[in-house]
Amino acid sequence: MQLQTKYLGKVHIDPSTEIYFSAGLPGFEEEKTFVLLDMSHVDSVIFQTLQSTTTPSLAFIVVSPYMLTKEFEFELDDGTVEGLQIENKEDVLVCTIITVHNPFNQSTLNLKAPILINTHKRIGKQYIISTDTYATKTPLASFVDSGSKENS
Amino acid sequence: MLILRRKQKESIMIGDEIEFTIIAIEGDQVKIGIDAPKHIDIHRKEIYVDIQDQNSAAASTEVTLLKEMGIITEK
Repeated sequence: MQLQTKYLGKVHIDPSTEIYFSAGLPGFEEEKTFVLLDMSHVDSVIFQTLQSTTTPSLAFIVVSPYMLTKEFEFELDDGTVEGLQIENKEDVLVCTIITVHNPFNQSTLNLKAPILINTHKRIGKQYIISTDTYATKTPLASFVDSGSKENS
Repeated sequence: MLILRRKQKESIMIGDEIEFTIIAIEGDQVKIGIDAPKHIDIHRKEIYVDIQDQNSAAASTEVTLLKEMGIITEK
């Protein structure tokens, strides 16, 4: 089907790739269905957009935290494991929402509340990590070695 | 807003599945125990509001800004 997106214009999507968020996302509780689309590569990091399928103007820019760091770990509570019907770790795709600032290296990542997607069942949730380990505004720059980036 | 007066160890039921218990009162802090079904998420309000605000800020990124920065290319 055709989908009008915020960042990528009109795109064709397979309806079976829709992801259902039963609770929406905090602040967007009425938005239940999204698709995850590739947006662009910047220094080998793939940025994606989590696009609402009901509201063309609603989209988030997301990135896998594991493209930036290996040190991102958290525990899931039982309710989330059940709610997302997670049977093993490999079912789950983790991505984090970027709040974009200009210049881009001033942008922040919301590591406190990653988006979890069960890729088999196509269900998702923004999971709020209960510990204080991660911040909602983690500087993107804290993962990037600025020296090597400028030379590349 | 419904306001109820409770003493330590007393509880409040919300529906038949959610129970709040006043565990302890220590100075200006109240320790509350919550029993709720697993599918109900429980958060400190300021954290939930922080995430709502952060999502709103993230969703308000202008397409033109991303084009200027080369994150997306002109169609």
